[in-house]
Formats: sequence, C-alpha cells, structure tokens
Amino acid sequence: MNGFGVIRGLAVTFRHFIETYLEDIRAGRKRYHTPEGIAQRTSSKVTGAFTIQYPEEKMPVPEEFRYIPFLVYDEGENGAKDYRCTSCGICAKVCPPQCIWIVRTNDPVTGKPIPAPAEFYIDVDICMNCGLCAEYCPFDAIKMDHDYEIASFDRFKEHIYNKEKLGKSAAYYASIRPTNNAREVAAREAKAAKKAAV
Amino acid sequence: MTPPEINSPGYEIPAEIRNQVNITTLDRVYNWSRKNSLWPMMFGLACCAIEMICTAASRYDFSRFGMEVMRPSPRQADVMIVSGTVTKKMVPQIVRLYNQMPEPKYVIAMGACASGGGPFKEGYNVVSGIDKFIPVDVYIPGCPPTPQALLNGLITLQKKVETESIKSARWYGRRPIQPIPIPVLGPDLMDPRKYGEIRELARQKAEAEAQAAAEAAAPAGEPEAG
Amino acid sequence: MTEQTQTTYTPDLAARFPEWVTPDSRPGFSGYLVQREHLLDFCKTLRDDLGYDLLSSVTGVDYLPEGKLEVVYHALQTVGGPMLVFKVQVPRDEAVVPSVVSIWPGAEFQEREAWDLLGIRFEGHPDLRRILMWEGFEGHPLRKDWKEPYFEEEVKPYKSRWPDGQVERIEDRMPLQDNVQYPAGFDPESWTPDGDESLYRGLRKLLEDSGSELKTDRLIVNLGPQHPSTHGVFRMVAVLDGETIVDLKPVMGYLHRNHEKIGERCSWLQNMPFTDRLDYISSMSNNFGYALAVEKLMGITPPERAEYIRVIMAELTRIISHLISIGFLLNDLGAFFTPVLYAFEERELILDIFEAVSGSRMMCNYFRFGGVARDFPEGTLEKLRELIYERLPRKIDELDRYLTRNEIVQTRCEGVGVITAEQAISLSTTGPILRASGVPYDIRRADPYSIYDRFEFDVAVRYHGDVYDRYLLRLDEIRQSIRILKQALKDIPEGPVISGKPQWQVRVPAGESYGRVEGPKGELGFYVVSNGKANPWRYHVRAPSFINLTALAPMARGGKIADVVVILGSIDIVLGEVDR
Repeated sequence: MNGFGVIRGLAVTFRHFIETYLEDIRAGRKRYHTPEGIAQRTSSKVTGAFTIQYPEEKMPVPEEFRYIPFLVYDEGENGAKDYRCTSCGICAKVCPPQCIWIVRTNDPVTGKPIPAPAEFYIDVDICMNCGLCAEYCPFDAIKMDHDYEIASFDRFKEHIYNKEKLGKSAAYYASIRPTNNAREVAAREAKAAKKAAV
Repeated sequence: MTPPEINSPGYEIPAEIRNQVNITTLDRVYNWSRKNSLWPMMFGLACCAIEMICTAASRYDFSRFGMEVMRPSPRQADVMIVSGTVTKKMVPQIVRLYNQMPEPKYVIAMGACASGGGPFKEGYNVVSGIDKFIPVDVYIPGCPPTPQALLNGLITLQKKVETESIKSARWYGRRPIQPIPIPVLGPDLMDPRKYGEIRELARQKAEAEAQAAAEAAAPAGEPEAG
Repeated sequence: MTEQTQTTYTPDLAARFPEWVTPDSRPGFSGYLVQREHLLDFCKTLRDDLGYDLLSSVTGVDYLPEGKLEVVYHALQTVGGPMLVFKVQVPRDEAVVPSVVSIWPGAEFQEREAWDLLGIRFEGHPDLRRILMWEGFEGHPLRKDWKEPYFEEEVKPYKSRWPDGQVERIEDRMPLQDNVQYPAGFDPESWTPDGDESLYRGLRKLLEDSGSELKTDRLIVNLGPQHPSTHGVFRMVAVLDGETIVDLKPVMGYLHRNHEKIGERCSWLQNMPFTDRLDYISSMSNNFGYALAVEKLMGITPPERAEYIRVIMAELTRIISHLISIGFLLNDLGAFFTPVLYAFEERELILDIFEAVSGSRMMCNYFRFGGVARDFPEGTLEKLRELIYERLPRKIDELDRYLTRNEIVQTRCEGVGVITAEQAISLSTTGPILRASGVPYDIRRADPYSIYDRFEFDVAVRYHGDVYDRYLLRLDEIRQSIRILKQALKDIPEGPVISGKPQWQVRVPAGESYGRVEGPKGELGFYVVSNGKANPWRYHVRAPSFINLTALAPMARGGKIADVVVILGSIDIVLGEVDR
C-alpha cells in the first residue's frame, strides 16, 4: 500500500521520541550528572536521549586516550622537578610531522652531553596526537595527556609548549593512566632487580 | 528564570521588587543574547568536520548552547568554524565566505591544521594557519579536537563575546568595514596585499639566478679565453 | 588461499609478446616493462583476450637517478585473482605516454593526476588538465627535484630537531612569512589567473547545440566547493538544459594535502598516522592497507591474535562508514538529519571502543608492521560482544524498517544514477558501486588477504546499479560484517599482538609492493617503492573514492540536477581520500 512505508518509518522516529521520556522517568534523577548515569548513557544498552551534558558533566576518557604529549617528572626534594627525559631524541626522530625540538644539555666543564634536556619544545599547531613519541620512549618520559580543554585566544604566545608547560608530575600520570603506570613501574623494578642481581 | 550573570550588581534594588526587576547594562543584555545564539556556518573542510558533526549530533549536541542552526549560507551565520586543513586552492573561497558573513562574526580555528598548518604544514598546497588571511578568535589545538574539546572552544568563544561592548563594537563604527582582499591563484598563492613584496622577491630570485648562471659560465669560459 | 585464486590463469606475457614486453627484473620488482609504442596494443590484448577488464591503478614513479619516469599500471580480472602489474618507462625530459583512456575509461582521473603531480603527458587523453592543483601552478610537485617552499631536508628526521633543537615556526624564516614561492622575475600584476577558463572551455561547446526543436538556453551551474551536499570541499560543474544534466565535471583538489609528497619524506612508520587522515571516517582500514603493503615488502606476518584484531577493527570500520554513508544519503535526499543522527548514535558506540583500544576516536594509528600497537584493554571484548550480538543487529533492522520501504526514498532512488556492470568495470569503480551493479568483486574473496579466507560470509551483490541498490548493498554489507565479527569474536585466540619487538625504525628491503584491502569505499591500495632506505622512494595511494568519482558524470548525465546530490551521496566519497 502506498504510504505505508512512510508511516512505518514515522513509527520508528515516534518510538525514539517516546523512549526519551520513558527512559527519563524510569531512570529518575540519577540519569543526569552522576557517574552511573553517564556510564549508563554511554553503554550499548542505552535507549532514549544519550546526550552528555558537557560542561556540567564530562564524558570520562578511556585510559589510552591521547591528546597533546606531556613530559613526566618525578618530584624531588623541595618540589624540584626531576624530568625523566634523557634527551635521547627518539621522540623527536619518530615524530611524523616533526613537531618536537629538543636541546640537549652539555656539561659546562667537559662539554660532553648529559642525559637531561636543556629545553624541550612541542608545537601543538603541528602535533597530530598520534602517540608515537609516547609509544617509543624507552624511559617512560613522554606520555599523552588527557587534558583536552586547552582552547586559547592567541596561538602565537601560547602554542609552542616549552619544558615548563609540558611538565606534569608522575603522580598526575599515575592518576590518568593507572594500568599503564602500574605495568611500567613493575617493568622498571624488574629491570632494576635484574641489574642489582648482576 | 533569569540567568544570574545578566543581573548587574552595583545597584541597590529594593527588596520588594527584587523578583520583578532586573537592573543590568545594555552590554550585558546585548552580549547575553548574542552569545546564546551563535549560529555556526555549516562548513566542513576535512577530518575535523566529522568531529564537528559529532558535536552537533545527539551525544554532544551543541544545540544546548543555542547553536543548533547550522547555516550553509554565510549570510545567516555568526561563527565560522574552520574545521580542517586550509589548502591554497580553497583559501580564496574561505576568504570570500568570510567576507560574505554579516557582522558580528567570529572565527574558530578548529584543530592544528586550521590554527597553524598542522601535520600537513610542510606540504606545498597547505596554508600555515587560516589566521594568515582572516582574524581568528579562538584556537582549539588537537588533531582532531574531540567533540568535548570543540565544545570547550565554543564556550571559550562565548566568554569572549561576553567581554565585548556595544560602544566599541567595530560593526557599529562610522566607517564601513573593508572586506579582506581575496587571494589569487597564480604560480603559487598570492595575497593581493603583498604584491609589492612578491615582485621584489621574484626580482631578487631572478638576480640570484642570473648571478649563479654567470658564475657557472665563468669557469667554463676561462679555458677558451686562455 | 581459496581454490579459485590458485586456479586463476596467470599467463607468461614475456613469452607471448617477446617484442613488446620484458619482465621487470630489478630485485624486488615484478611484472612487465612494456615498450611505449606497443602499450595500447598490449592493453587491448590484456583486456580483450586475457580478461583483465578492470584497470585498478595508474600512477607514476620518478626515478631521478636513472633519469626515468615510470608509469605503473595495475590491472585485474573481475573474476578474481592476483593483479597484473606492468610499467612503461620514459625519459624524464620527454615524458609522453599514450593514454589508455580509450581502453579503460577509468584511467581518466588517474592519468590527469599523474600529469598534474609528475608531469607525465598522456597522448590522446580527452581532457588532460591539472586535477589536484590549479591550472597555472608552477611545477609538478611529485618530481623528486621539485622542492616546496618549506623544504627542510630530503628525509625525516630533520637535523634541526635534535640535539640542539632550533625551535621556530618555519614561516618565520620565509621571506613572505608564508608557504609560497614564485618563479624568478615574476610580476603578480601582469598575471591573469586561469579562473577555470580551461575547465569551462570544454563545457562551452555543449552550450551551443541544444539540438532540440524547442529553443532552450543551456547554462553552466557550479555546485560547491562550499555546498552542504558535497560532503566537504568538492565541486561539480554541470551543464544544464532546463533541469536536465547534459554534462558534468567534478573539480577536486580543495583538500589536496600533499599526502604523497610528505609520505616520501617520512619514514615507513611515520606514514602510519598520516594514512589515518586519508579516509578519515575509516582510519583503521587505511592502516590495514598500508601495513599490508609494507609487510609484504618486509616479508613478515602478524601473529594470530593480531590478525583477528585487525579483522575486527576493519569490519567495525566498515560498519561505521556504511552507516554514515546511509545517513548522509538520506540527508542528501532531504531527510534532514534524523537518519544521520540515528547512524551517529551507533557510530559513537563503536568509536568508544576505538578510543579505548587505540586512544583516539577517529585517527586511530593502531596498526604496526607485524601486528597492532597494543592489545585490547580489559573489558573491550565484552563490550564488543554486547554491541555485536545485541545492539547492532537490532539497530540495523530498525534502520531497515525505518528507511527501506519508505516510498519517498524508493521514488527518489530507484532507477536514479544507473550504471551497468560493463560501465562499472570499464570505469574502474570498486567496492559498493561495482557490486551494486552486479559484479561480485570483493577483494576479501577475490584475492584474500589477512585471514579473510577463514570466515564465512557472502559477497553482497545487487543488480540494478542504481542509488537504491547501492543503499541496499550497504545494508547487506553491514549485516555481513556483523557476521564476520561474530565469527572473529568467537575464535579470537590469546597470544602476542605483534611479531618481534616494537621498532620505530624498520628495515624494508628494496623493491615494490602493492597492498590492497577491500575498504568500505572500495579497493584501497598502497603502492610503495623502497630503495632499502629508511623512507619510501614512492608512496602512492590508490584511493577508491577518487576513482569511483569517474563514474559520477556517466551516472548523472541525462538525470535531473536534484538527483546529482543523491548520486554523489550514493558514491560515498570522503574528500580526504579524493584529494589526499
């Protein structure tokens, strides 16, 4: 019958419309602005409206999520930042759009390079968030950040990140990537134990 | 319900009319109404455009900010979201679209490519950032920025709108706003504002080439002379 | 390997045509070198006598040290089997090759591309203009001696990055603070831009003879590059007689991001994230094709688990791509946004999985040579099972119920944009376009790669070749993908996900290789040439959306202007891949 297909299609949209309200009533208040609510709305069982109401509530990002890279430092005494980076240059070499610049530190007396970066720059206007730098860093020194709220008004002042701006503490890293961190800590400890045994 | 930010402090409102009267400044009303109806232009360039569509789609839904009306025509749009790599071949059209947008207009450079060239910056057909040609209000880093990052950028733009004043707005100025000259596709992209410099550059290059040719010819010529 | 591919007849062409061809005997290379004078005869024989009816890819390679330009052709038989590769070599300073458009019309755009980027002139080409750059652009960029303004070094990594990183924005050291260069002695004031004159010149001829008794005016109409129906920055120039399309020319290049030039400078691994940005809706399948091409050269195979993960990801990608394609097709029909929003709902759920596994929603950069970057995090398989066993089949049925029998959709789509099987083959279309015209050619079956020979699935095929069949075929393919996914999820073994240690510098022996996968849009091929160094000598992408566009004009001719939008939607292009 002509027109039946259209009606059947409209029934589908109508059901979606009704489900929105049914689901809101069924789930009640905890549907919005609660972690369970977000988890429910992002699971494959969701029906009805599934909008994440950013900025009031935020979609939690998975552990592997990557945005701009950052440099991990261990906190030393008196808040000293002990960067893990040894300026080996692998990240700068592997970076596909070549957006990493590293200045290696030279010992003022001997002139020989010492394993710490004097400066470290990333141009975030070139960075493609591919994560290769973090993946191939042998010292767990550069990692991909989860912070995506970095819109700015001026790129010329702000968008070449220096070492200071890139640095984030190891505790922060452990908080955003607990599984990865645990694995890396275990690997480092195993390596240290092996070294000690030899 | 009145949004709290529109109510202007600094005036003593008698308690009995506090719920009936709002005292505010013209700027605040003006900015408040503008910032909640920023209509983006439906204008996708590259990968970021898909994330822009996701932002418009149900999960992130930027109609919650009064932006649901994406207009394909520049004449009806307030915000141009430059979503993706700007190529030399496309930039004349982008500038033309920008010129066609009515004031007040805003530009968001979404993603690394639109901000500063991005991963493809070194390419021969890529413009190193749309701000070489049109003024950009908000830059969103990321490749591509996730929908939430774009929403964050849009909120940042709203904050910028809030700071503007009706008194100093350029679109109420006495003189008409001059359109941006549209770049021309020559042997390479040519900005009409830089014709003099281009000519000078080409002249220098010709001189350098002539000199190099002369130098190359000189040693070859010596044996003949000798 | 299936029975079929083993029994496919691969003739020894060098013995058959001793005066026309010689085998390509360079180490690592295969195929035949054809003499330029005999190219057309050779191609005709290939097509008519040997059954190589579809010319898949035409591209060029600049062998600067030898002073030669080489045109590389890949032809295939639509009954299945491996490809045949043959080449023509010409001197660089006299790069003229006969055009094969008269034999395989599908070569039209690819030859134009080779002319644009490499400066190979194809004699007898009906419309040899630049295709990605604009008319008037100086130079042919893919020639090895052509340098762009931002040229730093021949290969990455650049020396200025480490150990003393001289940080700067590269434009700051350019004379005009911009990515431009001009020929010596150039005067911008005296320049007259082409302004698409060369494009219109061909179309103006059609304006004159309307041929009908009724006196009508024909006119040229431009759609795009900023047009909501073009799915990005694509432009069509149509000659109209009333509302009927007399002829149509696609104009592309508005998103030409110099993928290949950059790819020749990047190291092998560095190209992987760049492939994400080709068809940015289906980045996993782009990764797949490139990984296959390079693995073929390196002679490694990924471990079992990685193969399963790859197939799972590729099929999920296909579902996403087809969902979007269907959604936007309906958008183009005027069903503004509701179907797209339903499609995006499912897409978001799949993207959540991509994000959890690879770290990014769209630009996954997940495949590595010899495996994948990392294993599934905990809980992913359960999530996938829920999605694939319960939600997706239900939602696909709902989409089917919602749209398929809708009378408006039927009237607008049935019989619109028809191409026959013969046309589809000769125009080199692949993927859904080809299969909707009744040619059951699917690389997963015809020339199986990875572990596709282990799965049970049907090659979806429809026979009318119109927009409606292409829509139905995509629905069918989603269902087949779900079928493959169910099998893969059932059988996925435990084990490592990458063979050997992860390496950021891979050794790739010299040679050529063509890796192809059945991408959501069609045959996605990567032609790479290695000279044993750290970066490819040539890196070419056979982009299915780009080549499928050859069929746009034949589909649109004689139809109404309103249908062009729908036809374009049914071809399902992604501009990142069209322009690269």
